[in-house]
Amino acid sequence: MGEHLIKMPDVGEGIAEAELVEWHVKVGDIVREDTVLAAVMTDKATVEIPSPVEGEVEWLGAEIGDVVAIGSPLIRLKVAGGDSVSSEADAKAQLAELPGRKGPIEAQADGAVRTSDAIVEKQAKSASPPPPAESPPGPAVRMHRPLAPRTEGEKPIAPPAVRLRAREAGIDLRQVPGTGPAGRITHEDLDAFLTHGRQVAKAPGLVQDTSVQHVKVIGLRRKIAEKMALAKSRIPHITYVEEVDVTALEDLRAALNANKQADRPKLTLLPFLMRAMVKAIAEQPHLNAIYDDEAGVVHQHGGVHIGIATQTGSGLMVPVVRHAEARDLWGCAAELNRLAEAAKAGLATREELSGSTITITSLGSMGGIVTTPVINHPEVAIIGVNKIMMRPVWDGSGFIPRKMMNLSSSFDHRIVDGWDAAVFVQRIKTLLETPAMIFVEA
Amino acid sequence: MRDISCKLLVIGAGPGGYVCAIRAGQLGIDTVIVEARKTGGTCLNVGCIPSKALIHAAEEYDRIADLASGRNTLGIRTTKPEIDLSRTVAWKDAIVGRLNNGVSGLLKRAKVKMVQGQARFRDGKTVEVETETGRQVIRAETVVIATGSAPVELPSLPFGDAVISSTEALALTELPERLVVVGGGYIGLELGTAFAKLGAKVTVVEAQARILPQYDAELTRPVSRRLQALGIDVMTGAKAKGLAKAGGTLLVEAESGSEVSLAADRILVTVGRKPVTQGWGMEELVLDRDGPFIRIDETCQTSMRGLYAIGDVTGEPMLAHRAMAQGEMVAEIVAGHRRVWDKRAIPAVCFTDPEIVAVGLGPEEARRAVSDVRIGHFPFSANGRAMTKVGEEGFVRVVARADNHLVLGIQAVGHGVSELSAAFGLALEMGARLEDIAGTIHAHPTQGEAFQEASLGALGHALHA
Repeated sequence: MGEHLIKMPDVGEGIAEAELVEWHVKVGDIVREDTVLAAVMTDKATVEIPSPVEGEVEWLGAEIGDVVAIGSPLIRLKVAGGDSVSSEADAKAQLAELPGRKGPIEAQADGAVRTSDAIVEKQAKSASPPPPAESPPGPAVRMHRPLAPRTEGEKPIAPPAVRLRAREAGIDLRQVPGTGPAGRITHEDLDAFLTHGRQVAKAPGLVQDTSVQHVKVIGLRRKIAEKMALAKSRIPHITYVEEVDVTALEDLRAALNANKQADRPKLTLLPFLMRAMVKAIAEQPHLNAIYDDEAGVVHQHGGVHIGIATQTGSGLMVPVVRHAEARDLWGCAAELNRLAEAAKAGLATREELSGSTITITSLGSMGGIVTTPVINHPEVAIIGVNKIMMRPVWDGSGFIPRKMMNLSSSFDHRIVDGWDAAVFVQRIKTLLETPAMIFVEA
Repeated sequence: MRDISCKLLVIGAGPGGYVCAIRAGQLGIDTVIVEARKTGGTCLNVGCIPSKALIHAAEEYDRIADLASGRNTLGIRTTKPEIDLSRTVAWKDAIVGRLNNGVSGLLKRAKVKMVQGQARFRDGKTVEVETETGRQVIRAETVVIATGSAPVELPSLPFGDAVISSTEALALTELPERLVVVGGGYIGLELGTAFAKLGAKVTVVEAQARILPQYDAELTRPVSRRLQALGIDVMTGAKAKGLAKAGGTLLVEAESGSEVSLAADRILVTVGRKPVTQGWGMEELVLDRDGPFIRIDETCQTSMRGLYAIGDVTGEPMLAHRAMAQGEMVAEIVAGHRRVWDKRAIPAVCFTDPEIVAVGLGPEEARRAVSDVRIGHFPFSANGRAMTKVGEEGFVRVVARADNHLVLGIQAVGHGVSELSAAFGLALEMGARLEDIAGTIHAHPTQGEAFQEASLGALGHALHA
């Protein structure tokens, strides 16, 4: 039997390392040629690493969340035949870029990418270097291996000292997973069970839960965390909240939906808001911009590329409706639907997830009264949509029920003065309250 | 005589009882132990220890006789040995005496009170003991029954005169010229072999199809061969019918159905042992039974609260080391520790020639327990140390699961293999895989290397076979 060492391949784009986000195999698995072994994530994309050969997985060189340098040993296979080879080129040749699983907002502008690169590099330095290929799987790797199954009624395997400790602690070893050879329960397994997994017979009433779960921040979640920290640490936010009477807009929306052609998408409030923003931006173009604060340049874009913050199964993503200024109400609605579905299915492309110049954040019926949106760095404005509620409004002679909605919007106060922010939101309010104005050419 | 009240009362000072009492004493429990005879029970007085002494003496004698016979290969010349069996027995008795004193000393040091006499239950918490100085009543919170076992008597061959049990056989000061052993289990074969080596003409009568029926044929084959070489006649499938009227002759129904008369100076009956459940007032208690034995749960508690039973009185395997482990466990339970019987293996050793050790599952039992097994086998004929000891018979056999290589059982037959039982037992208790044993350096040149080689063999890469 020979060995085949697979190193972290060069996933392109001149990067020096990649984060391991998923193992598709575990030690002991038999893999065929082209079986996907692992997924790694760079700043730009998630890439799957296929096996160049057939063999049995002997050793995994990193834990999920580790940043692994290009060329480091990643996985070792036991293969038929006597030769031991190491492979990097083979795997590289078969790299396939995945369409989904992208970071939300990465690669938007050069400035942003540079900054997050620096963060990743720092983490890579603090991470322990991958062990040499000759070393046996370390305990850390072992802990992540799925536990050897113990069939019903089978006695747990444990040395006498472990059995004694378990007995004294009142633990039934049948409940304790064993990570040792043949599923043997070690002292460490017992420790782990005592700290995390202990199942105490529940006393009636409320009980304290002292357990702590350690969840590694990896992949998309880490990207989001970095992005949010960057936005909040770099950008002095000003948040402005105004209420909007959307009674007329809702009437119009209902009428349009009731009479729409069958092939047209159902309208939500967002396409109206997008069109209103296009109108408002025409009067205040510096709100539709990318601020490169290192270069000291604000790039005001002619095209209105509206990012739509979207909740997906794996976290927050921001697909982008490009050139909203060139799309009518129905066009905006159709593009919005398409992108939201693609993002949720993990099929959105990198282009569709980057390049926004201003962002809308909406939690729909979860929208609450007020939010304090975080600007999608390096943009300068974000419009937050709150929940539409029937509220009593004084019309001069009495209270009348009106459909009211708040807009909570944040602006980069370095670029946008409070006055400008207020003017922008008031303009959108006016447009939404008198929706006909959205469609009338100025 | 004033009544005694104590926390723990142990009835019987055999291996189970005395270990239980010592451990309880160590744990600070106010403990009393009652024994009608000497401390140490069957094992120390009329079992394990004296039989090993006799076996050793016979082995030494046989070795010298072999050297004197002229067919020796070691180049040592000597004259035919003689044995003074009464001195051998005296030597054996001295060892037993030392161990008796040792046990008594240990009990004393653990502050256990010893009461000499036959105990009898009045009820589950009260026992009276007939001592030399009168009746002693002992009340205890917890009582441990460790009354042990006794040789089984055949109705057709009641003990007495020429018909003896192992107890009397170990005290013979004169060598019987012709000895018939009824029962080819380990006790009968151990003693029969010893007497044959000392010069007796020995015949073994076994009712089953082969000797040592609880072991597989592969393990017992070297023993059968050696019995034959020693001139011991083994009649299998044969039943002892009784003594001929004339006396000095045993009537046996042979396998063929024909009746055979065996002339015998002594007839040693070793057809098994039975629990001692009489003579100590068990009828005053309401104890569930498990066949002839007292039923116990996984903590050795009987069907009555506060009443425990350990050792041979609780069932098979009737082995001293099992009783000791039970005794220790019960003492700790009485002290408030959480314990249950969770041992994986109880080694069994036959001090036959050659010796047999069996721990865990044999090949057939293993096949019944799991679907796929791997068996490794290493003969002592390929082991250097065995050659230099003129003891090449036998082998070590390792039985493991095929899927995860977990060792399920280890057996060996060969000279001196009883000492390997420690390694075998440890491997099973620790949950060793074949790789664990194969990966442990075993000292060279020792017979223990065969254990490592057998494991390597099961993995498909034995180095010396």
